[in-house]
Amino acid sequence: MAATDVDIFSNEEKRNLSLGGHVGFDSLPDQLVSKSVTQGFCFNILCVGETGIGKSTLMNTLFNTMFENEEASHYQNGVYLRPRTYDLQESNVHLKLTIVDTVGFGDQINKEESYKPIVDYIDTQFENYLQEELKIKRSLFNYHDTRIHICLYFISPTGHSLKSLDLVTMKKLDSKVNIIPIIAKADTISKSELHKFKIKIMSELVSNGVQIYQFPTDDEAVTEINSSMNAHLPFAVVGSVEEVKVGNKTVRARQYPWGVVQVENESHCDFVKLREMLIRVNMEDLREQTHARHYELYRRCKLEEMGFKDTDPDSQPFSLQETYEAKRKEFLGDLQRKEEGMRQMFVNKVKETEGELKEKERELHEKFEQLKRMHQEEKKKVEEKRRELEEEMNAFNRRKVAAETLSLSQPLKKDKDKKNRSVKTENQSGVNLSNSKVMMAKANMEPLNCQSWWQAIQCCTCLVHSDAWRQGLF
Amino acid sequence: MTTNIRYKSRFMKSEESEDKQYVGFATLPNQVHRKSVKKGFDFTLMVAGESGLGKSTLVNSLFLTDLYKDRKLLNAEERINQTVEITKHTVDIEEKGVKLKLTIVDTPGFGDAVNNNECWKPITDYIDQQFEQYFRDESGLNRKNILDNRVHCCLYFIPPFGHGLRPVDVEFMKALHEKVNIVPLISKADCLTPNEVKKLKDRVRDEIEHFGIKVYQFPECDSDEEEEFKQMDKELKECTPFAVIGSNTVVEARGQRVRGRLYPWGIVEVENQSHCDFVKLRNMLIRSHMHDLKDVTCDVHYENYRAHCIQEMTSKLAQDNRTDSPLPILPLPTPDVETERLIKMKDEELKRMQEMLEKMQQQMHEKDQ
Repeated sequence: MAATDVDIFSNEEKRNLSLGGHVGFDSLPDQLVSKSVTQGFCFNILCVGETGIGKSTLMNTLFNTMFENEEASHYQNGVYLRPRTYDLQESNVHLKLTIVDTVGFGDQINKEESYKPIVDYIDTQFENYLQEELKIKRSLFNYHDTRIHICLYFISPTGHSLKSLDLVTMKKLDSKVNIIPIIAKADTISKSELHKFKIKIMSELVSNGVQIYQFPTDDEAVTEINSSMNAHLPFAVVGSVEEVKVGNKTVRARQYPWGVVQVENESHCDFVKLREMLIRVNMEDLREQTHARHYELYRRCKLEEMGFKDTDPDSQPFSLQETYEAKRKEFLGDLQRKEEGMRQMFVNKVKETEGELKEKERELHEKFEQLKRMHQEEKKKVEEKRRELEEEMNAFNRRKVAAETLSLSQPLKKDKDKKNRSVKTENQSGVNLSNSKVMMAKANMEPLNCQSWWQAIQCCTCLVHSDAWRQGLF
Repeated sequence: MTTNIRYKSRFMKSEESEDKQYVGFATLPNQVHRKSVKKGFDFTLMVAGESGLGKSTLVNSLFLTDLYKDRKLLNAEERINQTVEITKHTVDIEEKGVKLKLTIVDTPGFGDAVNNNECWKPITDYIDQQFEQYFRDESGLNRKNILDNRVHCCLYFIPPFGHGLRPVDVEFMKALHEKVNIVPLISKADCLTPNEVKKLKDRVRDEIEHFGIKVYQFPECDSDEEEEFKQMDKELKECTPFAVIGSNTVVEARGQRVRGRLYPWGIVEVENQSHCDFVKLRNMLIRSHMHDLKDVTCDVHYENYRAHCIQEMTSKLAQDNRTDSPLPILPLPTPDVETERLIKMKDEELKRMQEMLEKMQQQMHEKDQ
């Protein structure tokens, strides 16, 4: 946007005019200042370093206050970030300070994934800001900006060089946030070692292409101090909140059996330099850099990912709205196509199942018919059999009656013969009549002892002797 | 040196007793002294810890020599995927006629990579290798000149920048505490005020107990030792883990030339007891407990290794039924635990089969009836 503005201005005629008197627009910066003072400032610091390296102590020392902090344990499973927001006030300036701590950094045995939570957190803050920017109804002026303005990277004072974890992490972070490397617990390194250590660190950073924050040297007011400070990077700091009496003053210091390390003594450590640079001189520049450089980079990458471009294939300037419209059409088209596809699928499926169901119905019908036929056949057979049985029974009855009448009128011998013959014939007519044979045999042996018709039916012997049977009513 | 004073005084006493009752074996310590001086001593010391904690400086300060003259330190980039190496430096030093063959085993690269999974494995392998070599030599036919390369002591450097032990420290010590004597040290103690030192020591002691790490314990002193010695011993025990500072440079302090570190705010003297525990460490390591460290290594760690090794081998033999073995196996006077177990199993099986047979016989008998 700035580029196009400049173009517009350069196209128009620019004339330098001199003023006849004091107009008064030199108060513009003051207006700006008073406006921003009433608005309040916000600043976000990210502290990255191993557990116990002195991050919380340094924050307490820098801002001269006790932020509440519990000691972290070494046994975290992974790295997680802990943001804390505080409201500070100095003279009439309000500062909304957010300090983000990395808990568990450097403690795991496998540290390959340690940088991820940090990068994710920074990206999330950018994303939130981007979302707010792209909103229809947005309120950027009172949006709580949580983007990280500065990352203080705490280097362990080994005296040799950077650790491998430091290098890997800083490489991942340098394009997303302003990094200032700091040598922590610097009271364990002597002056000569410190000099060598600093040179080694800087050369390693340069040779690996890590871009740390350079204090700006384009503003004449601060260029001198900034460029001299740039040469002192990384700052070797010592933090302390305890006060020790030195001479006749009470200063913040660390008391050792062999001496007292004063925090604000420039010959002891670079704490004063860090405070100057971070808070007193370059805080606003850090915020600007975050917004103008790191955030813009993130935004550009994100929007390009989503498919937005600044120029279309004909390299005509493309506005965001058009891109948005095009995207939207595309998206809707996609949606429609998908809907169509799904509908087709649905219809096909329905057809299939319909066909299947019809098939099944037909089969069932067939089966039913088959069963019916079988049933009818069986019925016929049974009917036939019944008829046969009935015929036989009738035949038997007739013969029996005939045999009986014969036996009554003729002598016993002939009876017996006839009986035998009749019995034989009866036997010949099948198994069904064996019962009758038994009944006859029983009848000749056992006496009659039934009184009623019903009982007679139950009792075979009676049946043979009853009049009804004799008369052939059965 | 207290040890010298001790037996000398005894010697004096025995001379004063009557000649008739004087047998003379009180001179045994003298004879031992003479022989050992002639033979010379050897000691293997291992130093382990992340780079930049002052291991080489401490070793130089301990033995007052410069062992690490031309060291090449790697860049951070090269260390991202570094593996642990084992390097050995051997020096022969002599003091008052006593010769000491000192071997320092260094472990460059430990804990330096980004992924330090099992970074202690090369170290445990090395220690096992030395044990194995000694085992072979000891079981060999010619045992005259056995080279003892077993690691007698491992100094583990704990960084003072944290709040206590870190997971990698715990894992390392747990992997090694049954193979070697571990002496934990808090390195670069000049970044801790006396209060912080005390807090950290308590913390480390608690965590060592909590995780069940068996560090080297000083032996209890006998009740008939001198008071001075007992007092020293007690102080020593309360001071672990030692907070040490090392230095390669000699500075001028209080009119003397001492080993120390020069800061704008003062001079840290390495040998000043109120500054750090370096003197205690040196006394313990060299002047009073060197031999005890060797004894514990021989009697406890090596024996454990040996027993474990033999057990494995015999169980393997029982399984494979091989007649030849990598090492000559002496006939064991007592039955091996493995074979006993096998025998028991076989017995039980036989019993079970017998019972089954009886049952079947009974069934058949009933059927016949």
